Amino acid sequence: MSTTMTLTTTESPETGPAPRPVHRVTGLGVLRSEWAKLWSLRSTWITLGLGLVFLVAVGVIAAMQYSSQFDSGNPMEDDFADSTAVSLALFGTMFAQLALGVLGVLITAGEYSTGMIRSTLAAVPRRLPVLWAKSAVFGLVALVVGMVGAFGTFLLASGIVDGTDAAMGLSDTGVVRSLLGAGLYLCLIGVIGAALGSLMRSVAGGISVLVATLMLVPGLMTLLPNAWEENLTPYLPSSAGESMFALTHDSTTLSPTAGLLVFLGWTLLALGGAAYRMVRRDV
Amino acid sequence: MIEAQQLTKRYGEKTATDRLDFVVRPGSVTGFLGPNGAGKSTTMRMIVGLDAPTSGSVTVGGRRYARHRAPLQEVGALLEAKSIHPGRSAFQHLNALALTHGIPRSRVHEVIELAGLESVAKKRAGAFSLGMGQRLGIAAALLGDPQTVMLDEPVNGLDPEGVLWIRNLLTGLAAEGRTVFVSSHLMSEMALVADHLIVVGRGRLLADTTVHDLIREAGGDTVNVTTQEPTRLREALAGPDVDITGRPGSEELQVRGVSARDIGLRAAQHGIALFELSQKTVSLEEAFMDLTKDAVEYHGSTAGIESPGRAA
Repeated sequence: MSTTMTLTTTESPETGPAPRPVHRVTGLGVLRSEWAKLWSLRSTWITLGLGLVFLVAVGVIAAMQYSSQFDSGNPMEDDFADSTAVSLALFGTMFAQLALGVLGVLITAGEYSTGMIRSTLAAVPRRLPVLWAKSAVFGLVALVVGMVGAFGTFLLASGIVDGTDAAMGLSDTGVVRSLLGAGLYLCLIGVIGAALGSLMRSVAGGISVLVATLMLVPGLMTLLPNAWEENLTPYLPSSAGESMFALTHDSTTLSPTAGLLVFLGWTLLALGGAAYRMVRRDV
Repeated sequence: MIEAQQLTKRYGEKTATDRLDFVVRPGSVTGFLGPNGAGKSTTMRMIVGLDAPTSGSVTVGGRRYARHRAPLQEVGALLEAKSIHPGRSAFQHLNALALTHGIPRSRVHEVIELAGLESVAKKRAGAFSLGMGQRLGIAAALLGDPQTVMLDEPVNGLDPEGVLWIRNLLTGLAAEGRTVFVSSHLMSEMALVADHLIVVGRGRLLADTTVHDLIREAGGDTVNVTTQEPTRLREALAGPDVDITGRPGSEELQVRGVSARDIGLRAAQHGIALFELSQKTVSLEEAFMDLTKDAVEYHGSTAGIESPGRAA
């Protein structure tokens, strides 16, 4: 190492202050950093793999089950009575959403539990770009996984149930919209997971809130007076999300567009809370 | 250059730092000393914006840290606890940080080499020893080739070779004209590298001084004299800058402001017999203890460790 005194202008070849390269934090830089961070952890590959497997395997199994019941000629079980290729194919969404939501929590809350957040925020002290970059990067990945999973499973499932009452093709009304809705739903679940992880700053806390919102709150609604229940339930994240990818809608559910807007609203709410806590609280 | 003005941080009832004012200047190593819980780590976290001050401010290079366009080029910091994800390798960790600033990959390899991590750069950081973790933290601190290097307890967990490496690194960085700010609760370690010292206790600034001055103030220039005629010796030595203490009736005196040699000569002139004449050596450790004894947060049984007594 050079020992020249370089208080002012003297150039020492490697470390002198004068010819230093000029760097700066950019949005693109933060995105690239978060992209690199995402793929350099084993948990990402495992959880994404699990999510995709849940989505495809559950959908295919549901379709096979339906197909074998249909072939046996016995009357359909209630569960399957109104099934379509779309509803069978998207049967795994319930499970895939957990994998993607949990991974979302992990990529943000994991930084707090390991201490990585201190390195991250020392590099990007304005903080919010980190939250936006994480949400964008993971949202994109979840979107790709969700779309690939939804369309892939539909193609497999529609092949399996071909010739039954449930048979549908991509050209049938609402099919593509449902599948796009499912992909988008999984994308936003990932973003909500990331926001909750950042908000709670704890992996366990983030996952608890996520699971409670998606699975417990709908059950608790039955405790409310009937009129309230009917009015409120469609706007819950889980119901609004379901409207995004359901093929058929009735008076108790939101339209796909309304479902998307309400679900987007929940996503923005979670992100807003995360952003508020991120800039306000010490780490 | 780091400038703190009335820097205060409170956590509820507890005050971590209390109106700290100090300046850390470039071109030398400044030690940041204080017992555990004195507020050193909190101060460092506030410098890089991880904690927000309750009141007051701290700037680096004239601006708040978050206002710099390339913070990693301004300050490289090693903070107290591990700040890495154990699942990433050293290279992946450094590369992710470098990407935010557009720092080239070649620089990542450079700091890996500088920190001596070439052989383990691809291993999961979770499997690193404490010392390797520290080296990775220091590599991250140097990534942006920063003007100011700030290290919190850098020698923690390092082996003797690593400690020596840190010392040379710090003095080398300071010699290049950078601002080097290093915290420690070990005075002896600081004595070897720091020129300037900022001492805190219970969040308050106790001293902003040089190593030399600190020792002097703690009584490092005291001479112990034992004589048959203390009263006459007092008269013989009396002068404007001379401070003589000793218990009444005791033959022992503590003299400041006159060298042992001069005391001997003057005693001889006056024909006073001396039994003992010794320059008291105060280690930096003692000077530090003396300064912080009232500000130690967690008292062990320190009754046996007497600070160099100026028996009054």
